[in-house]
Formats: sequence, structure tokens, C-alpha cells
Amino acid sequence: MSDQTTSGPVLAADGTPLKRSLSRALRRQKMRALLLIAPLLLFVLITFIAPIADMLFRSVENQIVQETLPKTVEALADWDPNSGQAPDEPVFAALAADLKIAVQEKTHTRLGSRLNYELTGASSLFRKSGRAVNRMDLETDAPFKEKFADIDKNWVEPDIWRTIQTYSPRYTSGYFLNAIDMQKGPDGAEARPENQQIYIMLFKRTLFMSLVITGSCILLGYPVAWILANLPMRTANLLMILVLLPFWTSLLVRTSAWKVMLQQQGVINDVLVWLGLVADDARLVMINNQFGTIVAMTHILLPFMILPMYSVMQTIPPSYLRAAKSLGATNWTAFWRVYFPQSVPGIGAGSILVFILSIGYYITPEIVGGTTGTFISNRIAYHISSSLNWGLGAALGAILLAVVLLLYYAYDKIVGIDNVKLGG
Amino acid sequence: MADTQTSDAFVEFERVQKSYDGENLVVKDLNLIMPKGEFLTMLGPSGSGKTTCLMMLAGFETATHGDIRLDGVSINNIPPHKRGIGMVFQNYALFPHMTVAENLSFPLEVRKLGKAERETKVKRALDMVQMGAFGGRRPAQLSGGQQQRIALARALVFEAELVLMDEPLGALDKQLREHMQFEIKRIADDLGITVVYVTHDQTEALTMSDRVAVFDDGRIQQLAPPDKLYEEPENSFVAQFIGENNTLEGVVKEIKGDTALVRLDDGELIDCKPVNVSEPGERTRVSIRPERVEYNKDRLREGVHTLKAEVLEFIYMGDIFRTRLRVAGNEDFIIKTRNAPDQDRLQPGTQIEIGWLPEDCRALDA
Ligand SMILES: Nc1ncnc2c1ncn2[C@@H]1O[C@H](COP(=O)(O)OP(=O)(O)OP(=O)(O)O)[C@@H](O)[C@H]1O
Ligand SMILES: [Mg+2]
Repeated sequence: MSDQTTSGPVLAADGTPLKRSLSRALRRQKMRALLLIAPLLLFVLITFIAPIADMLFRSVENQIVQETLPKTVEALADWDPNSGQAPDEPVFAALAADLKIAVQEKTHTRLGSRLNYELTGASSLFRKSGRAVNRMDLETDAPFKEKFADIDKNWVEPDIWRTIQTYSPRYTSGYFLNAIDMQKGPDGAEARPENQQIYIMLFKRTLFMSLVITGSCILLGYPVAWILANLPMRTANLLMILVLLPFWTSLLVRTSAWKVMLQQQGVINDVLVWLGLVADDARLVMINNQFGTIVAMTHILLPFMILPMYSVMQTIPPSYLRAAKSLGATNWTAFWRVYFPQSVPGIGAGSILVFILSIGYYITPEIVGGTTGTFISNRIAYHISSSLNWGLGAALGAILLAVVLLLYYAYDKIVGIDNVKLGG
Repeated sequence: MADTQTSDAFVEFERVQKSYDGENLVVKDLNLIMPKGEFLTMLGPSGSGKTTCLMMLAGFETATHGDIRLDGVSINNIPPHKRGIGMVFQNYALFPHMTVAENLSFPLEVRKLGKAERETKVKRALDMVQMGAFGGRRPAQLSGGQQQRIALARALVFEAELVLMDEPLGALDKQLREHMQFEIKRIADDLGITVVYVTHDQTEALTMSDRVAVFDDGRIQQLAPPDKLYEEPENSFVAQFIGENNTLEGVVKEIKGDTALVRLDDGELIDCKPVNVSEPGERTRVSIRPERVEYNKDRLREGVHTLKAEVLEFIYMGDIFRTRLRVAGNEDFIIKTRNAPDQDRLQPGTQIEIGWLPEDCRALDA
């Protein structure tokens, strides 16, 4: 009944400190547990950690310049990028030698498209020069500076050389700078021109819309979860099927259904016009914008909010509410002071799930987002599959990952991660 | 009893019925009047409707029919939080996200008491259950008995005059339970509160209560002080349910004043006190407590009928001897004798004759 207060370390029966003998006793258990989960651990390492590591690596990797133009990079090291002039003959000779090999190995076009991310026109410059260099004779055709000037006068401008020099190190922060609307200038990082800035805005929009989606999921999901948790088991299970039903229909079908519902000639507009709430020539624009994305994604992610909330609420015995009321609390006080705090772990779990899912969501914004409702993930997808600028895609992805981890950390600090319960 | 509106009635159930499903009555015709300051226990087998009664009183279930009055005012339409009834739940229902002190301060906060006043009251309540040092802990960090005390303190801290307790000691071990029975009784007496206590442990009911209401089948079978309940059960359910009891079945042969002559099914005759029988020819079940059976002929009254019995088993229990007999075909007839120096230890196989005072043997309903 009374608290035992002891001074000094507690000793086990054989005289070793209790802490040590406890950890020894637990070690075997831990080892066994580790062996049991080893297959999963390997699986996760290979299929989850490895791609992420690869992505993080790609976001800074930049070996292509050095590998394709090794001699040029070396010769260019002494050149002053601020001189306003192209480098001298030795650099051109090195370039000719490098390109000769590159053309044979067909790597010069890849280098061209890599440098094209940084300097528009680089791609065609390298393709054109590759064909010309292939016809040159390295022994006899010197000096090369005029030859290259003949191929394309861009070679005697400093811009391309500056770009080559800037991107000659094996690793670069260029992708990351690009991902936050900056670029490498002669004097370090600088902001991109106004009309090229897009990513910061997209990040902000993604965060904002994910927050709105999470918020509306909480507002819509909480009452549903509450009803489910307080109904008799049979009815609750029946209604649960309705909650889960969306899981069993294709994501595309559901998203397209929203198109049908929300478009200007769609169901909702028709009803509003019929009711006379909206004039026929002033039909609401509810799709291909932020509103459409928020509505459709709230609908799609709602089950992820309801399920953890429901499983947490189910474990809250009704006797707590009764106790609170018997102690004199009104229905609202009893809910707010007693029920709600105990359901917070469910809200936390649901919010984390929904927020993290929506921050990386891609299909729905792609279909119903138009231009104002797309997410950063749509941009990442574009770089991965269309522009093939994997480095930039990887950098954007890495930033997204960092943001999520940061928010997760903040959540842990504010609410406490042990306050997250997916059930039980 | 239902119609007598006594002026000192504090809690009153009048012809209360309750059905959950519209088909079965869980509580059938409950009538009960409690004066202020009484410690009343509802005792009964599982499913007999005890919790339901308590919930109706607390306001969490509505009576299907009838009237419940508190201090003369019908409370059927008063919501639970306005009834001012303290309640200790079966599983304590301490709020897990609050500390012990916060739990206790909750009812005071919702009553908008000032901080200083809250703190004094919480401290006093904690001291009352000898848990003064535990105010900062969470309920999960307390043992069952400690949680029980906190639940009790929480039900008392806002000075409710009526406290309901639903099997508050059900989860505790025997020793702690006995200790807590004593504590609860002491606190209730000190504060002068009215307590409705639910249990299905009859020892608990007998040791703590001013009166015990024995529930079965949605009705109060008997409402009486513990000694009366034990010694003068009004029907065979109560006789069976409270304490150990021997029953013999037979038919009333004749009734003369306050003794009845009963012919047992194997033909033997015994003297009983007629309780639920009124005329010869009725079937009856006679009930006799094991400690009231006498086999020492010297101690029996002249002329009473005796029965032949065979000792089947002798159990030494320290303070008493428990002997199982075969009597009139019943092989579970128990007698209890005090472990005194001159007491015989009956060996199995011995033939004895047993008898009793007619007023100890009650002829009840069949
Ligand atoms: N919410 C409910 N809905 C339907 N039937 C109920 C409900 N609560 C209780 N019952 C039924 O009412 C009857 C009485 O239940 P009650 O809980 O009052 O019994 P009890 O005397 O408290 O039993 P125990 O000693 O086991 O706690 C039981 O048959 C039970 O099945
Ligand atoms: Mg009960």
C-alpha cells in the first residue's frame, strides 16, 4: 500500500545489479524475436529502404559530366567563369578527344539532355557537335577552337562552359536547388527567374490541401466512427461494410464518378439549377480545381480516418461516460472531458495516415485536379516518366520525405507518438 | 408496503417494471422504501436485475413502468447529471487519462467550485480512503484495491447523499475484500450517507448491511435485516440462497398453533414452524440450518420427533466440524458442530438420531 523508497541500486538475489540481470534475462527473448522477424526485416530492407536510399542518392548524384568529359573537366579547372570569354585551345582539344570517345559509346546525347536541364539548348548542341566530331581527325584537325566555333557559335560563348564547369563535380546540390526554385549561378545559389518558379508554390499547395483534406476527414469521420462504435455489434458490422465498400471499387472508377457528379453539366449542378439555386448560365465550377481535388480525396481517404478512430472508440467502455454523468457532467462536458481525450489516439492515427497518404497522392489530383488542384507528386511523376529528369524527381521526393518526417517529429513532440493507436 | 408513503422515505421504488426488449420483464413489480442513512444491499444471483435497478436509480435506464422517487420527488424525468447520486461502478470507471487527483476533482469542476476549495475537498477525500500520497498517479498505476478506494472517494467527494455501488469489491481477493467491506461500512457510517450496494456475495451482504433485499427473477424475494434474513427466511429461495441450508420435502399432516407436523416423503414425521403453509395436505419444503441440528439426545426437548441418520463423511474444519449425513433419503444433509473438548467426532457409518427445536425448522413453499 505504501510506496517503497529505496536508495542505491537494487540488487538481484545473486548480488548483481537488478537492472543488469533483467537485461540479461530479456536478451534471449529479444534475440528470438529478432530471428522471427528476420525475413520481414530483410524484405523491408530490400524493397523499402533500398529504393529510398537509391532515390536519395540520385538526388545528388552527378557523375555523368565527369565520366563523359574527363579530360575537358580537368582542362577547364583553371578557367575563370567570370572572364566573359570561352576557354582556350587546350580545353577544346580535350573536348574533341572526349567527345570522340563519347560518340563511339553513344553517351554524348545523355550528357546533352542532362545539361539541358540546366541550360536550354545544350541537348541539341551536343547532338550536333557529336556528329561533327565523329568526322574529325584528332591528329590533324587542330586547332579545334575554330572548328567548334564553326559547328555552333555557342561553343565560343561562356555560358555552356560555365554550365559544364558548375556541374563537373561528382555530386551536386543542383537538383535540390532546382526543387526549391533556385539555381547555381556564378556566385553560388540564386533564385530562379520569377516565371520559372513553381515548386515552392506546389509544396505549399500540397501541404495546405493535405491539411484541408485531413481536417475534413476528421470532421466527417468522427461522428461516423462514434455511431459505429456505439451501435449494437450487428448493425455496426453492417454499416462497416458501407464504410469499406469504397475499398472494393477501383480508385479510378470512384474518381471518375466524382467527375460525373461535379462537372458543370454534372449531377450536382443539374440539381442546383433545377432547384433554382444556381442560374443555368452560372453553373458552379467544382472540378478540375482545388475544390474537386479536396472533395474527391476526402471521399477516398475517409475510410483511413474512420477505421482507426472506430477501433479506438470501440475500446472506450460506455461506463466512462456514465461515470462522468453520474459525477454531474452534462452530456457535452462528459463527451469533451472524458470521451474525446480518450479518442485522441484514434484521431492521431487517422490523421497521420490520411495526411501522409494525401501528401503523396497522385492519381486523383491528376484526374480531377486540373491545373490549380495538382500536387507536388504529379510533378514528380512528370519528371520520372515524361521529362526523365530523375535527379530532380528524386530531389523533390527527398524534400517531401523530409517534410513528412519533420511533421511526424513535430507531432511526436506535441501530441506524443505513443498517443497513436490503430486499435486495441 | 408500496402504498405506505412514509415520511422518512428517501429512496422509493413504486411498482417499477423494466424490460429491455419488450418481451421479457427483467424487473417485475419492484417496491422498495429506504430511509435516509440506510445501508441497503441488493443481493441476488447473476441476471436477477440488480444492476438494472441501480441503473434506473442512477438514470441510465428508464423504468418501463412505475415511479422512482428521491426525497419525495419523482426522478423519472431528471437527467442523470442532475440527480446528484454518487456511483461506484463495477469496473471502477476511473478516467484513465486523468490523474487520481484530477479524477476526484472532476465532479467538483463541473460544479464550478473554486480551485482552493477543490483542492481541500480532494485532499480530504483522499485522506479518508487513506490514499493521500497517490494524488499524482494515473489509475493504471494503482492496484485493484487502490483503484477501488479512489472510485469510492470519487463517488463521495462531491458529498452526494446517496451512493450506489455495483459490486465494487468483485475484482478483489478475499482478504482485501474483507478489509474494504469494513472500510466502506465505516466511511458510510461516518458520513451518514445512504448506500445502495449490489453484490452477489452473501457474506458481504450480511456483514455490511442494515437491510438486505434478496433479488430473484426480477422481484425482491425478501427484504429484511441480515439476522432476520438468515434465521427467518420467508421462502425456500431465500433459505437456499442465504447461508448453508438443509432441505427435506414432504406434505403437511396437521397444523396446531405455531407447529406443523410434516410427513416426509419416506414416511417419517417431523415438527416444523409453518411459514408458507396454511392447511394440511399442502406440499412443503422444510428448511433447517446445519448448526441448529442436534444429535445429542440430552439436549433435545421432550417428545419431539427425531429422524434416523447415517454419518457419511466427517470433515474437520478447525473451528467447526462439518458432518454429512443421509437423512430421509437426502445424502447432502449437513450438520455443523463447534469444536469443543467434549464434542464427538462422528465416524462414517455411525447411526445417529437427529432432531431440532420446532421453531428452527421452517416449513416453506414447495
Ligand atoms: N442493455 C441490456 N439490453 C438487454 N438486456 C439486458 C441489458 N442489460 C441487462 N440485460 C438483461 O437483464 C437481465 C438483468 O441484468 P442485470 O445486469 O440487471 O443483472 P445483475 O443482477 O446485475 O447480474 P450480475 O450479478 O451478473 O451483475 C439479464 O438477463 C440481462 O441479460
Ligand atoms: Mg450487475
